[in-house]
Amino acid sequence: MKYLSEYRDKKLIASLIDEVRRVKTAPLRIMEVCGTHTMAIFRHGLRSILPGDIELISGPGCPVCVTSSAHIDGFLHVALLDGVRVAIFGDLFRIPGSQGSLAQAQAGGARVEVVYSPMDALTLARKHPEELVVFLAVGFETTIPLVAATILEAYRQNVNNFAVFSSHKIMPPALHALLGDPELCLDGLLCPGHVSTIIGAAAYEPIARDFGISCIVTGFEPVDVLQAILMIARQVAEKRNDVENAYGRAVNWQGNGRAMALMHQVFEPVDCQWRGLGVIEQSGMAIRQEFARFDAEKRCDIKLTETPEPKGCLCGDILKGKKTPIDCPLFKGRCTPLNPVGPCMVSSEGTCAAFYKYGVV
Amino acid sequence: MKKLETVQLDHGSGGLASQELIKDIFLSHLDNPVLAALEDSAVLETDRGRLAFSTDSYVVDPLFFPGGDIGLLAVHGTINDLAMRGARPFCLSLGMILEEGCPMEVLRLIVDSIRKASCESGVPVVTGDTKVVPKGKGDKVFINTSGIGFVDKGVDISASMARVGDVILLSGSMGDHGITILTQRAGISMQGKLRSDTMALHNLVQKIIGLKSGAVHTLRDPTRGGVATSLNEIAEAAGVAIEIDEAEIPVHKEVDAACEILGMDPLYLANEGKCLALVQAEYAREILQAMRSLPEGAEAAIIGRVTDGPAGRVVLKTIAGGSRIVSSLTGEPLPRIC
Repeated sequence: MKYLSEYRDKKLIASLIDEVRRVKTAPLRIMEVCGTHTMAIFRHGLRSILPGDIELISGPGCPVCVTSSAHIDGFLHVALLDGVRVAIFGDLFRIPGSQGSLAQAQAGGARVEVVYSPMDALTLARKHPEELVVFLAVGFETTIPLVAATILEAYRQNVNNFAVFSSHKIMPPALHALLGDPELCLDGLLCPGHVSTIIGAAAYEPIARDFGISCIVTGFEPVDVLQAILMIARQVAEKRNDVENAYGRAVNWQGNGRAMALMHQVFEPVDCQWRGLGVIEQSGMAIRQEFARFDAEKRCDIKLTETPEPKGCLCGDILKGKKTPIDCPLFKGRCTPLNPVGPCMVSSEGTCAAFYKYGVV
Repeated sequence: MKKLETVQLDHGSGGLASQELIKDIFLSHLDNPVLAALEDSAVLETDRGRLAFSTDSYVVDPLFFPGGDIGLLAVHGTINDLAMRGARPFCLSLGMILEEGCPMEVLRLIVDSIRKASCESGVPVVTGDTKVVPKGKGDKVFINTSGIGFVDKGVDISASMARVGDVILLSGSMGDHGITILTQRAGISMQGKLRSDTMALHNLVQKIIGLKSGAVHTLRDPTRGGVATSLNEIAEAAGVAIEIDEAEIPVHKEVDAACEILGMDPLYLANEGKCLALVQAEYAREILQAMRSLPEGAEAAIIGRVTDGPAGRVVLKTIAGGSRIVSSLTGEPLPRIC
């Protein structure tokens, strides 16, 4: 298949691994920022074919995993309000909050719809004029412009029974906060391919410069990931730390200006609580005052309260790349996909879910 | 978090949540050795030989989809459950639960499909029942079918019969039914020809088990939960390990493309006209040829083998040349964010 099979070519993969071995001058610590990268690395068994001294560390790039408990509980609160129907991307459905999950809320009678696009949520609002349809918005730059476009559409069409509960976050401030931690000592970052289609490879230039780290934007197929690892190995050998783009078929240097403009037209940066990482300045995206009538938090008068993480749960350190799920006393015991303690176990991009599902052979 | 105390959609997914429900509620109340084997159908000793008995309910939404409808599924599904024990399907029952207001034309179309599937497979519907529930208490049409079949002497096929060294065959491509339903439900139209694979497999099964007595050890139709979950069930029941090769597993390119877009893994998608066969290695080629000689097995392939690794472990050799665990499905497959 065009754009798929050629990036899974066994011979090409073998030659990339040979090249990594040849070029590499020292052990490498590489963080894959994005949850989809974590999943791809596990799904294709890449850890099992890479040299043993290349350590791949999963980062904070799974949007539902870094959503604070206050927001998760807020989502459940909204879903249980009379006259409300919530629309979500599938990833949120099973995420446990302190009072339960949306899946449980649905079984108890709440109206929860899994949609494929925020525009589908707007369609639901038009279909159910007697209800308030709330899109529970979790995601990074990849999905924020879509939600912005949907709010603008609702504005244009004057749809009054549609609102967005924004838990949106943006990636660069989180990377700055994370990489400021001297314990991490990374050689390179696999920069998130989907987010980068919007923000562009240039967005990582300050990170490469400030933290002396190689930043490679790449895609999600085995050849993409291995190509990026090779580029990091080469930069380390040549004592460089630059931004390079290994995902030219989707990402350009400057990003998608139109999408960024849409995002900033509707949303503005605010300080934001990240699960496991704490409050990061200007890392959240809140709905601007001009569009306040589409802001579910204001409209439903929601008060967010942070609840402490469940006892023993290591998600925070796992999201920071300091621990792996294997280190967690709850992993596979009290915390399983059927009875998750933290979101990382049930998100389709969660590190714990990846370790549970694909294991270590 | 509190233990789930209500029925969730995941309990019907065919994955771990379903298994937990069966163990916690059904087996704990109704335990007996035949039921506890959790096979696709029960095989019972009688004075006149061995009888296979199975039941299945059909609640698919939408009722009509490319490649089939709920009527075809209701006939094929129960025939296949009987066939997976090596039984010759003999007859079916048909239980219909109809919602008030369901158009008569819909019902006519479905029953005509049932007639067609029953005639083509040579398995008659010999008894039936109809109930109507008030509007809003059902979803147009729910169907239950039960089936009886006979198991020939010398045929002994079950998940627990899988042996180290067995070769694993899949009778055709994976994921067609599951992805067709998911894309229909989401209202996503795709280029190409996504269609359900619903079909009866009893003729294919009779052909392969007739080749060499005792050569076929295990048969499973990987319906809900997909190939991944069926292989885990077999590995656990037989106390063996399983290794499969990603490159050898047939998947239609349309299915692959749709899975990429929706973030699905075809290993976990339902099939309604495919079977996994675990067979003695020396007969594997012959059985493969026999499968391929029939239209229902035209795309059959050898996808892996039973190994003496840790009991219950299923490992995938990836296309990239790596290895990873294949675990059971947990709950309903859901599309991802990005």
